[in-house]
Amino acid sequence: MQLDILKALNEERRARRAAVLVTDLGSGAQRLVKAADIAADPMAEALDRQLRMGKSASVEIEGRTYFFTVQAPPARLVVIGAVHVSQALAEMARLVDFDVTIVDPRTAFASEERFPNVRVIAEWPDKVLPEIGLDAYTGIAALTHDPKIDDPALKLALAANCFYIGALGSKKTHAKRVERLTGAGFSPEQIGRIHAPIGLDIGAVSPAEIAVSVLAEIVLSLRRKPLRSEKEKAA
Amino acid sequence: MLATEEDILAQAESWKKSGKGVAIATVVETWGSAPRPVGSHLVIDEEGLFLGSVSGGCVEGDVVTEAQDVIADGKPRTLEYGVADETAWRVGLSCGGRIRVYVERID
Repeated sequence: MQLDILKALNEERRARRAAVLVTDLGSGAQRLVKAADIAADPMAEALDRQLRMGKSASVEIEGRTYFFTVQAPPARLVVIGAVHVSQALAEMARLVDFDVTIVDPRTAFASEERFPNVRVIAEWPDKVLPEIGLDAYTGIAALTHDPKIDDPALKLALAANCFYIGALGSKKTHAKRVERLTGAGFSPEQIGRIHAPIGLDIGAVSPAEIAVSVLAEIVLSLRRKPLRSEKEKAA
Repeated sequence: MLATEEDILAQAESWKKSGKGVAIATVVETWGSAPRPVGSHLVIDEEGLFLGSVSGGCVEGDVVTEAQDVIADGKPRTLEYGVADETAWRVGLSCGGRIRVYVERID
């Protein structure tokens, strides 16, 4: 591999842009295709397919074997609410390689003492989220129960097409949330993207168990692999 | 701290920039149960330092050795490991899977 290509690959990643490294396994020839250039590439169809799956793979094209090293931006998780569940979720998500940020305007909650290993921002979501720059490789978990804090974050997450949007609260709490978002002009399809009540139903009780159920749901959304039970249902 | 695929490629770049000979090994194909998915990287420097993984620790030793030849002559190599391999008792995958690893030098 040319050092230039490796440098470009690392640069694209730092800028949170997707790219595919194409290696001809026969000749060793290599080139980097940036996400923005895929549509105009002769291998557009195969490149697009692998990028959407987020999976590196060997690909046969016209009798030659190529290896596609697919690089999608590192997934980020923004947690709204520096609450008890968030403390467990932050640690677990870090182990799963999410780049974690906690946002909560309440300074008593959003302290580095409570969250020693992740970025904590004591600020209102509508002020700080545009600065962070939400995208399709960012997930949002709104955990405060407080519409003043959660709602602005959910609205921005919907607009940015975040890969995961979850909101803590009972069915009753969510019904009220749906009313508010509908009133704010969001469509039923958009609102339907919000996972609420949040988390997979594993009977979680303690804050750490709830964090497991939320993190499992986030990983599921990122990898988009249908659960075995869902596949069986569809079959 | 667990190294992510990102850390691994960044490390390869910085090793190369510091003047070391560096090779990148990539899992390009797997059959059966394989410990690390296609696209996983192991980077190796000329002194045999390495970061990342291509298996659960079963074949890294051999890949690191082969990588020294790649760093020396610059020719990419494709290595295959698995129970069907004649070297299975020496370096093989106890899980019963098979993997193919592409090793190339950074120039």
